[in-house]
Amino acid sequence: MATVIIPTPLRKFTENNARLETDAATVGSALQSLSEKYPDLRRHLFDDTGNIRPFLNIFVGEDDIRDRNQGDTLLESNTVLSIVPAIAGG
Amino acid sequence: MESFRNIQFSRAELARYDRHIIIPDFGMEAQQKLKAARVLVVGSGGLGSPLLLYLAAAGVGTIGIVEFDTVDDSNLQRQVLYGQEDVGRLKADAARARLESLNPYIHIRVHHTRLTSENALDIVREYDVVADGTDNFPTRYLVNDACVLAGKTNVYASIFQFEGQVSVFNYTGSNGETGPNYRDLYPTPPPPGLVPSCAEGGVLGVLPGIIGSMQASEVIKVVTGVGEPLSGRLFIFDALQFETRIFKIKRRSDNPLNGENPTITRLIDYEFFCGLKELKPVREITVEELLIWQSSGEQFQLIDVREQAEYESANMGALLIPLSTVSEKHYLISRDRKVVIHCRSGVRSARALRELEDKFGFDNLYNLKGGITEYLRVIETVAS
Repeated sequence: MATVIIPTPLRKFTENNARLETDAATVGSALQSLSEKYPDLRRHLFDDTGNIRPFLNIFVGEDDIRDRNQGDTLLESNTVLSIVPAIAGG
Repeated sequence: MESFRNIQFSRAELARYDRHIIIPDFGMEAQQKLKAARVLVVGSGGLGSPLLLYLAAAGVGTIGIVEFDTVDDSNLQRQVLYGQEDVGRLKADAARARLESLNPYIHIRVHHTRLTSENALDIVREYDVVADGTDNFPTRYLVNDACVLAGKTNVYASIFQFEGQVSVFNYTGSNGETGPNYRDLYPTPPPPGLVPSCAEGGVLGVLPGIIGSMQASEVIKVVTGVGEPLSGRLFIFDALQFETRIFKIKRRSDNPLNGENPTITRLIDYEFFCGLKELKPVREITVEELLIWQSSGEQFQLIDVREQAEYESANMGALLIPLSTVSEKHYLISRDRKVVIHCRSGVRSARALRELEDKFGFDNLYNLKGGITEYLRVIETVAS
């Protein structure tokens, strides 16, 4: 099971869960199944055309999925998938 | 930075900075570099407070503060630069007083202003390194773009609730290679309302203390050349879980500032870029209407805002004022008759029109719908 780390601003949509497990094979399907489980999360992860929102950074381990295989990036059982949104507070 | 090797210290300064100077990997040279450095801190709020306190204490010779706001009761839970007695005072003035009492051997410059597309480059160019402690997306992109255009390192941090992020953007290492910037990490801003601000979502008071101190540490590393700055890496801290992570970030070839085909060559309207401002419609004229004006002897001036090379390849006999120069050449544009502005398709001319209306109050401007492309198409249709 890969682990998905939910950032603070999105935890209110995941019943305050900071870490979730997924058995999905790719980043895209992991995020899809997350938003099926937590429907309010969907619009924060995907835009109207179903693409991952560009102000969200998704990292697999320490790598940006844009430098890997985007949504098709494969997840291993020990992969940590981090969702890192833009925040602007100062 | 003025040559640090000429920097001298008084006996009092040597005593003050002793614990720096005795660190083997830091020493006198790093302390001289700090005193020679000019660092701009944008925003003296949650992050700006520890940043300014530690940079001043560390002996950064010139510290600039950009801040327009006044101290409010709700600031004191985290903005440790200020006390109860400062409530109602301009933050920049209160900050200067506090920092001068902390370290009388440095120079504090205050810029009582919002950082804007008009003033950002002039301010940023007066400093060696910039530290971004602002609190909204438009200003984040503005600081980033100004730093990239001016060739300055942008030491970045941001906070929200229990979470903080730190990185060093646009840093050119000793190998001459420049690292990623904010637009490589976040190519587009979130739509308005989707990501709450600290004013809306709150922030744990100590969090900017932790994150702003890391930001100060990165500023000191960048200035002194000691250590390995957080360039090409994003650090995040989750205070709730006590979890820290570091991710790799890379430059993107489609970065509009310094990718393969840069499209941003000067500062833009960041409120608009972040979707915070609706574009008001511009007054338009169709090619057909323009032809009627011409045949009926209507008095108007025609302006082309394309580039010289485009004008040479085909033109409508208009006065050429490229978009990037319309503000400085606004005096060439008539006020006592109608003015039709065109470009290739109508997009640049609409921007020129808004710029001229907003900055100089023109009320006689018309945008040629479809631009010269549409004009040539209509003329050809008529001719055949």
